[in-house]
Amino acid sequence: MSEHLLSIVLFTPLAGMFVLLLLPSSNRKLIRVWANIAAFAGFLVSLPLVFRFDRSAEGFQMVEKAPWIPALGAHYYLGIDGISLLLVMLTTVTGFIAILSSWSAIDRYEKQYYAMFLLQQTGMIGVFLSLDFLLFYVFWEIVLVPMYFIIGVWGGPRKLYAAIKFFLYTLAGSVLMLLGILTLYFQHHAQYGVYTFEIDALMQTAMPLHLERWVFWAFFIGFAIKVPMFPFHTWLPDAHTEAPTAGSVILAAVLLKMGTYGFLRFSLPLLPKAAIDPWIVHVMVGLSIVAIIYGALVCLMQDDWKKLVAYSSVSHLGFCTLGIFSLTPNGLAGSVIQQINHGISTGMLFLIVGVVYERRHTRLIREYGGLAHVMPNYAFVFAFAMLSSAGLPLLNGFIGEFTILQGAFEANRVWAAFAVTGIILGASYLLWLYQRTMLGRINNPKNLKLPDLNLREWAVFAPLLVWALWIGVYPKPYFEILEKPVAQLVERVRPGYFEAQAAKAPLEAAQAMESRMEAGIR
Amino acid sequence: MNFLDAIWLIPLFPLFGAVLMFLIGRRLDPQPERSPEALEPELAEAMGEDAGQEHGHHPRFAPTRRLISWICPGTVLVSLLFSIGAVVQLAGLAEKAHQVILYTWLAGLPFHMGDGAVGRFAADLGFLLDPLSGVMILVVTFVGFFIHVYSIGYMGHETGYYRFFGYLNLFVFFMLTLVLANNYALLFVGWEGVGLCSYLLIGFYFHRKSASDAGIKAFVVNRIGDAAFILGIFMIFALTGTVRFLDVNQALHGLSAETAGFGVLSLTALLLFVGATGKSAQIPLYVWLPDAMEGPTPVSALIHAATMVTAGVYMVARSNALYSLAPETMAVVATIGALTAIFAASIAFAQNDIKRVLAYSTVSQLGYMFLAAGVGAYWVAIFHLFTHAFFKALLFLGSGSVIHAMGGEQDMRKMGGLKDKIPTTFWTMAVASLAIAGIPGFAGFFSKDEILWQAWSSPYGSKALWAVGTVTALMTAFYMWRLMYMTFWGECRADEHTKAHIHESPPVMTVPLTVLAAGSVLAGWLGVPKAWAFLPGSFHAFEHWLEPVWVAAAHEAGQGAHEAALEWALMGLSVLLAVAGILIARYLYVQRPELPDRIAEASGPLYPALLNKWYVDEIYNFLFVDGLAKGGGRVLGRFDQAIVDGGVNGAGWMTRFASAVSGWWDTWIVDGTVRLIAFAVKMISYPVRFLQTGFVQQYAAVILAGMAVALGYYLIK
Amino acid sequence: MLYPITTIHYVILSAALLLIGTVGFLTRRNIVIILMSIELILNAVNINLVAFSERFQAMEGQIFAIFVIAVAVAEAAVGLGILIALFRNRETVASDEIDLLKW
Repeated sequence: MSEHLLSIVLFTPLAGMFVLLLLPSSNRKLIRVWANIAAFAGFLVSLPLVFRFDRSAEGFQMVEKAPWIPALGAHYYLGIDGISLLLVMLTTVTGFIAILSSWSAIDRYEKQYYAMFLLQQTGMIGVFLSLDFLLFYVFWEIVLVPMYFIIGVWGGPRKLYAAIKFFLYTLAGSVLMLLGILTLYFQHHAQYGVYTFEIDALMQTAMPLHLERWVFWAFFIGFAIKVPMFPFHTWLPDAHTEAPTAGSVILAAVLLKMGTYGFLRFSLPLLPKAAIDPWIVHVMVGLSIVAIIYGALVCLMQDDWKKLVAYSSVSHLGFCTLGIFSLTPNGLAGSVIQQINHGISTGMLFLIVGVVYERRHTRLIREYGGLAHVMPNYAFVFAFAMLSSAGLPLLNGFIGEFTILQGAFEANRVWAAFAVTGIILGASYLLWLYQRTMLGRINNPKNLKLPDLNLREWAVFAPLLVWALWIGVYPKPYFEILEKPVAQLVERVRPGYFEAQAAKAPLEAAQAMESRMEAGIR
Repeated sequence: MNFLDAIWLIPLFPLFGAVLMFLIGRRLDPQPERSPEALEPELAEAMGEDAGQEHGHHPRFAPTRRLISWICPGTVLVSLLFSIGAVVQLAGLAEKAHQVILYTWLAGLPFHMGDGAVGRFAADLGFLLDPLSGVMILVVTFVGFFIHVYSIGYMGHETGYYRFFGYLNLFVFFMLTLVLANNYALLFVGWEGVGLCSYLLIGFYFHRKSASDAGIKAFVVNRIGDAAFILGIFMIFALTGTVRFLDVNQALHGLSAETAGFGVLSLTALLLFVGATGKSAQIPLYVWLPDAMEGPTPVSALIHAATMVTAGVYMVARSNALYSLAPETMAVVATIGALTAIFAASIAFAQNDIKRVLAYSTVSQLGYMFLAAGVGAYWVAIFHLFTHAFFKALLFLGSGSVIHAMGGEQDMRKMGGLKDKIPTTFWTMAVASLAIAGIPGFAGFFSKDEILWQAWSSPYGSKALWAVGTVTALMTAFYMWRLMYMTFWGECRADEHTKAHIHESPPVMTVPLTVLAAGSVLAGWLGVPKAWAFLPGSFHAFEHWLEPVWVAAAHEAGQGAHEAALEWALMGLSVLLAVAGILIARYLYVQRPELPDRIAEASGPLYPALLNKWYVDEIYNFLFVDGLAKGGGRVLGRFDQAIVDGGVNGAGWMTRFASAVSGWWDTWIVDGTVRLIAFAVKMISYPVRFLQTGFVQQYAAVILAGMAVALGYYLIK
Repeated sequence: MLYPITTIHYVILSAALLLIGTVGFLTRRNIVIILMSIELILNAVNINLVAFSERFQAMEGQIFAIFVIAVAVAEAAVGLGILIALFRNRETVASDEIDLLKW
């Protein structure tokens, strides 16, 4: 039993889905209750992961391996390290919250809706657990389908456009990624005479730099579209805007993380030479910094509440990719923490739009104003989410951004100086949004009688509020969980990083630093 | 009881009060269904509701509201008692520093320091009590407590009472965290936290757009400074591998000052100072503070006069080890301080809103503090911070009492002749005004005079800095007494209705005024000029108390050369100027009240420029808000839609076009061939179709017939 | 007197049944009757199989007959099912009214 924990975590939502399909679609309440039970069970079975996880162990834990397609050398191969542990927990928690938040928002085809959601849960967990590249690819593609239907069937007015754009855009990226995977696969065969998709075997493959570069760019297209990095981000505002609330939450909280996870799990360890290649690093960091500033500035001109939050995702994910390609322990760890943070705070922001969307059926900012007068609890939760997103200390966002910026600063001072403007702009657009929707006087009679948060909505927000506070006040466990995998990554990409150099006298330190700084500025 | 190990509790008491307010505040202080200000007036009219309820009858409040009035000031009082206990015990220690570390907050991963050595990126949740933070916690809790008490009266008729006290307690928590933090990262927590509370409290009347605008402005402008501050923290990490104040000082100990030019240390110090210009409202980031007067007056007193805005000064003093190594940055600090002092004082000349005059006065006084810090006289900066906390808080609270009496009126042109009607407010404010003007015997005289003396005599100082400071002293005396004369002397210019309602504030407000007035006199006697050698040593206690905080270099710089005769002369000059300022104000606003308008007319563009604050807000708005942020946002938004997304949609369009072409080809050419063949087959098979009747039995009959024929053929053959 | 029943008798009976079945299949309009006619044809075959099994003392014929009966049952079930579905839609069981199976 216990040695199949990962499989249990992986397939619990799927089992829940099959049971759900057997229920009569006329009994809507039963379907809702069952979907919530299944999602909560998915969360409960993932809890032991946290307690069983050994923070001091190197490499992957709780590994399960069985042949899957022997002819191709593909395996059913699961395992977790600190990075995937955190992302799996994020998936199970936000998955449950998203399903709970759909209780009254979804009023047609409930059975199909919840079935899609549970299928998606399995797909996303599979992405984070797979250690076999083909298995990973299968789960990666499985995730697309439910999200396509969730946007396309239960979405807003332009749902078909958004759904097709989302599907085709990400599919196009995935196909190029598949080419990269196959290149690796055949290279490995050429060197070792074995066909295999296991990533720890593929890591042994030695490739010439130019080939690594090509494979890197192939992976890049697949992952960058998913993240999304500038300039591949335009599917995101459309998909977010048109998706139902829960869809947006999952999309922001988990789906985007598949891209950053891809960089961490595949691009860096499989292609260490390309990942440290100065040209590639500069392009990556450049795109990240552009995304941070650009996303934030574009937020300032949005009149659609959800679109604003969507563009803020572009900005936040820019921080995540900046952290990854700073290639420093703090940058990488901060990036993972920021991925969790983004899931929490942007998830909350989407849920917040969902609350008023359910009451007013519009997302236009100018339709609101003065809501704090009638919905004080809602205003409190919104303020909390806003501050967590804006990176206020003692809340989660700060820990991630601060650590990423430290990592970037270590790699290059100028990067940090540019990226730090993101926190100024971040505060601007969020506070402005808050002012336009929550503050001032009520000028629209339709807003006069809006009910405040009900008990179920509180239940949706409460875990996220607590989680945000926890990361902000006591982030130590997260750093401990991430220390080993991050160290492995850095050691893989930059061998010898951790070998302490002889400590110099402070004066020499200052001089050495000065010369390095000048080099950095040039 | 060991208060020293309990210092971590000092910030937690107010936090407890704040959390309590957020959790059960609404139960204790039930709010009206919808506050009368919630509706847009036209909408209220359309709905037939009475919109003009802002003043007049007060809603009835639940009796449990009294509990809030006990809990929230009570938590600050407990903090004050713990602070006193801790500081008293600190005085008994040989090593005047006590650290309490709770746990590692930012749990560090390794990183490469500037010189390539491997450091650990870690920061404690830890607290440090030394003479400097001791002074700060006493100021914060003492002034904070009396402002809490004052607020019971001032906010008594407002809705959102629980919210106000919750925010105020939260502020005290963050402020105490800021001053008690034992490292830069935790200091930054308090630093941002007080910014948040400032945002919340400035926007307390959130139905007013101007209030929420001012809140956003304060937060965002502060964030600009904070961004630089973060980079400064990283520089310290890269330089020393730690952010604990004591360890940083240790690491910097062996370095010699950067006299050769602008180097790493100077850059670090400068980045930290940019953070300080944001928080402490110095040029170029001072613009948020005057707007912050949108908040309730006790907030202006606590946050925007006595405590939060002085955080920058505290931080620079805290980093004295670093600043002493960066003379170029010291010069920048002193120059910015002096310029801000005189610039803000000039704007205060022409303001008519009583709180705005005080706001610019605060900016100007903060400039003094940075001037002192910039010339290396850190203890004087802290000393001025200390005295300023008393008299400026008192001035704000007094102005609040005036506004309270005038029914919400803030324009001094509509006041006048109030000195007999609200006597307690009048004499306490008079004490504070004498203090800020620098009349001997009052607290402001001692600290300001010491700043001017240090500006003259310190090795970092110069005659120019001294001159600017001295002119500012004249201007300060003038605009403060302009305020006093316009408010309390002459004819009352209010309308009849207001005039009838003018009344002295209740004791819950006047007692804090009196206490602070006492402080505005006595606080100065802890640091009398050195030339007053006839007084015993305890009159110089402030300087001695802070001595352990300064590194050797900083301490020496603060000493300066000592010439008693010169000091007496300079002192006499500044007192003379202060008295002259008061007399000019008296001449212009009491004896010849028509003169100021004529001067304004004769001054050409100068007066409008002063009135409009040198148009700095307009320039910033044009360049940064509308230009860079919103304009850039619009341009980039269009770019995003047209170019980036246009590229995606264009790719989609190209695909669709290509597919249309190939669709045509496929339909007419490829499929055409197929269909042609099909058509031919169809034509040939046309006659045969008639056999297909659809009746199963007919088919069976045909089959039978076929079988019969086959059988017959077989038999016949 | 009793004549022994020989194989030829069975064959004659079988041929008669086959003829009746065929004629019934071709001429009757009611689909139920048509299905019954099919059963007659199948049973004609069965009689033949059993008769020749007896004649040659080989068990295969009888086994095959049982097989045919099983298939016939299935076929009748499916046929009646289709018939009922058809009746629900068209309200008729007349074969000449069902001629959709043409070009």
